[in-house]
Amino acid sequence: MYGKGMRPLAIGTFFVLTGAFALVFFWVPADADQGFIQKIFYLHVPMAIVALGGFIAGGVMAICHLRTGNSKWDLRSYVSIHMALVLAVGALITGSIWARAAWGHWWVWDEPTLVSFLIVFLLYATYQPLRFAIEDPEKQARYASVFAITAGAFVPLNFLAVRMAESLAHPRVLGATGGAMPSEMRITFYVSLIGMALLFITLWKYEMASKHTTAQLRILRRRLLGDDGVAPTGRSAAPSTVLPARPKP
Amino acid sequence: MPALPLDEAGKYVAAAYLVFLALILIYVAIMAVKLGRIEKELVELNELADRAEESK
Repeated sequence: MYGKGMRPLAIGTFFVLTGAFALVFFWVPADADQGFIQKIFYLHVPMAIVALGGFIAGGVMAICHLRTGNSKWDLRSYVSIHMALVLAVGALITGSIWARAAWGHWWVWDEPTLVSFLIVFLLYATYQPLRFAIEDPEKQARYASVFAITAGAFVPLNFLAVRMAESLAHPRVLGATGGAMPSEMRITFYVSLIGMALLFITLWKYEMASKHTTAQLRILRRRLLGDDGVAPTGRSAAPSTVLPARPKP
Repeated sequence: MPALPLDEAGKYVAAAYLVFLALILIYVAIMAVKLGRIEKELVELNELADRAEESK
């Protein structure tokens, strides 16, 4: 039951995120160097971090799928990657807006942080077409899990490679130099990060509950109408919702 | 580049936060459509169950 605990989680997410934005606009001082546009940082960076975390979580869930063979892990991995992609789109757009204000360009191609994030995003953008290309649900789940694990392992490697790269124009938030933020900025940043992580978990649970309910409805329809009453789902990138074999009378 | 004045920087900050809001609203709208579909199917199944009970 994925809907369990949704209410406190959703309320908690709302208050933490609202609190974070209140801190951003009413408490934390403007950055001495960047001025007011630095406020974008409290939205853009948590979105990027949580998106990357979501991709890794998708990989971990895919490992569980391959180890256990249980299709619910494939569904969890799929939803995690799906939600992470949504946040990655947000991180790319807000990053571009910040870049336009700070650098005068929407995008800078020789900046490793930007390009590497785009590569990760494009890599995961192929996840759904990959799933859609495979008709057999068993094969689809297995190949998608292999993809999720490989791509999930690529995310921290990519992150480390970018960290080691030189001539960075992109500011460093968590590191030896950029990490020396004033305490107000650090607190606000961590509250935003927690809020974004909670939002990710809430939306993940919401999506899982929706898919689980749809599957339960299909089971109910089959119980009432028999196998003929359930329309075939057709080809889909989404994992086939768990529909156990109907017991013989 | 020097820091942008507040009136100019404010537009960019507002745009970034509006993008976030738009993403959430689009997601909520999509989920609302899905919920509508689930509700419709539930009503249909309830009617079927009622008819099945009546015919017994």
